[in-house]
Amino acid sequence: MTVTIEARDVTFSFGETQALRGASLAVEAGEIVAVMGPSGSGKSTLLHCLAGILVPDSGEVRFGDVRLDTLGEAERSALRRDRFGFVFQFGQLVPELTAAENVALPLLLGGVRRGPALRSARAWFERLGLGGLEHRRSGELSGGQAQRVALARGLVARPQVLFADEPTGALDSLTGEEVMDLLVDTAREQGTTVVLVTHEPRVAAYADREVVVRDGRVNAPAGVGS
Amino acid sequence: MTVPLTLLGLLEREPSHGYDLKRDYDTFFGRGKPLPYGQVYSTLSRLARDGKVVVSDVEPGAGPDRKRYVITDRGATEVEHWLTEPVEPEPHLQTVLFAKVVLALMLGRPAEEYLDTQRAAHLRRMRELTEVKRAGGLVDVMLADHGLYHLEADLRWIEMAGARLDALRKAVRR
Repeated sequence: MTVTIEARDVTFSFGETQALRGASLAVEAGEIVAVMGPSGSGKSTLLHCLAGILVPDSGEVRFGDVRLDTLGEAERSALRRDRFGFVFQFGQLVPELTAAENVALPLLLGGVRRGPALRSARAWFERLGLGGLEHRRSGELSGGQAQRVALARGLVARPQVLFADEPTGALDSLTGEEVMDLLVDTAREQGTTVVLVTHEPRVAAYADREVVVRDGRVNAPAGVGS
Repeated sequence: MTVPLTLLGLLEREPSHGYDLKRDYDTFFGRGKPLPYGQVYSTLSRLARDGKVVVSDVEPGAGPDRKRYVITDRGATEVEHWLTEPVEPEPHLQTVLFAKVVLALMLGRPAEEYLDTQRAAHLRRMRELTEVKRAGGLVDVMLADHGLYHLEADLRWIEMAGARLDALRKAVRR
């Protein structure tokens, strides 16, 4: 297996607070890795560095052969749009757009024309059990429905890597389970690599392996490999 | 199973008499269920028979409680093995984990690593149960859920123990 995305000895500070202190993590293509750790351990900061949202103070972030940490904002932005997908815990959908338009957004931003983009987007609704909700706006969706729409948006452009930060954090257990089932099934189908930040063991148990971030460093548990 | 290993662990800290062993056991591990003297001495006899402890000296006028027990290399190896091996993940194992964590801290061993190993073992089991759920029918789902929620409760305890290790280290070390 080839490594898709990798952080090498990454440090990052928010002002005086050092969030990452030499974090290293390599994720192989098609792998689903759970990043666990207590609040404030640096796990979300690590995800943001891996995804090119934040640029580390030192260390390297690689996506295949590309050094993300040396790219300019415009190049990182293009990479995020074309190669990465994102699912977060809260407030992801644009309230003024319909559910289908929300899902189509990454395609529209990537230059796909409106008609084909919306057709691709609508294909996800049946697949994720959202048939008939295409024209609803986010305020008219339940939490679980909105999160499935967000998941569809994260996967619609067939990203190489999906970054999911507490994707079930705002959902009840049963709905969270449905979202994780869909996330894992679709990622496996598409061969999408997933970096899944979660503090919930039951969510981490959907991954192929877990790593624990503690005090800004990554501990790969003994005896647990990919 | 925990009592002989816990007594061995206490002996690794320092050679001790049966009376002192019982006192330390009751202080740290007994928690409302003191170890009967009879069990202390029968356990020590078995450990001596199996070559895990030896009696170093018997004080004058010695009764059964005046023998001083010393851990052997064989006994120390067994403690090492016990501490480093994760417990089979199943519900209600906190007391064994608790004994391991406290002993590890007493002995200046890497309790955090043991907790990490245990967390990994738990998550491995949780992955297996999650796969059972994803592949199975509703009955499998319900049974797997029961196991998953109990394992998750253990994991929460492991996280809390990890967060409190420094304080616990101060509380149990002399």
